[in-house]
Amino acid sequence: MKRLIAFILFSLLAAACFAKEAVPLAEDPVVEQRLIAISEEMRCLVCQNESLAGSRAELAQDLRRELREQIRAGRSDEEIKQYMVSRYGDFVLYRPPVKPTTWLLWLGPFALLLVALALFVRYLRRAALEEQPS
Amino acid sequence: MKAKHWIPLALFGVLVSFLSIGLTRDPHELPSPLIDKPAPRFNLPKVAAADQRFAPADLKGQVWMLNVWASWCTACREEHPTLLEFSRTQQVMLVGLDYKDQRADALKFLARQGDPYQFSALDLDGRAGIDWGVYGVPETFVVDKQGVIRYKQVGPMTPEALQGTILPLIEKLKRS
Repeated sequence: MKRLIAFILFSLLAAACFAKEAVPLAEDPVVEQRLIAISEEMRCLVCQNESLAGSRAELAQDLRRELREQIRAGRSDEEIKQYMVSRYGDFVLYRPPVKPTTWLLWLGPFALLLVALALFVRYLRRAALEEQPS
Repeated sequence: MKAKHWIPLALFGVLVSFLSIGLTRDPHELPSPLIDKPAPRFNLPKVAAADQRFAPADLKGQVWMLNVWASWCTACREEHPTLLEFSRTQQVMLVGLDYKDQRADALKFLARQGDPYQFSALDLDGRAGIDWGVYGVPETFVVDKQGVIRYKQVGPMTPEALQGTILPLIEKLKRS
């Protein structure tokens, strides 16, 4: 019983440590939905392993504020994407566009797969030839 | 040994060389899409004189440098002596963009560390910074006579970068 009480007290303590001022929730859930959909597809420039939607970096917060305003102003997803790319380059996009400089990126894995398949087929053929009794 | 036995070793060598080149590169340095594009517009009050404003268009016709800094930025302290040294040579106009900073803090910083800038503009909410694609203070831009961004450096300015890249570029731009 004592241990249970101690446990509860400690958990309360932990909760108090994590308590922070509530972040103001979006006034408009529709805008927020679109913001999340768009910003999940974008990389945070400061913490490059986080999406713009999830990052707590100050720049990410500012950018979300910026995007929120653009959504309210009725910009399309494509326009907002252009806004980000014109400032930070294709790097912000988790899905880079297919264009001559990214052909290797998009097609490289398939090219490697083809090469591997070709080698594999050749190996199989040769193994089959060697197995045949001469 | 047959030649084809060397193929895996050769492939391994290619892989190692690619990876070792990758190790020497800073993933934080991104190619800026703003290079060779007109400098984004802004119109901001100056740090030292709140009643005066600055817009990049004011400097059309001359080569100038924009250094993005802030009093809260530790890497800016690192590059500060280099900038002070550079401003003494008066090669080119050096303008500061005080990014997401408070005027009082900025003035204190300049009073303590020295002021290499002709003047600084105060970007309180960071909007001008966003338009210039700033993602890691300090950053430095070189703008040509036509108001086009020609060079961008992310991270602290170093004497090597100044001597090796920026000064030759400025000389070239001044002559054109």
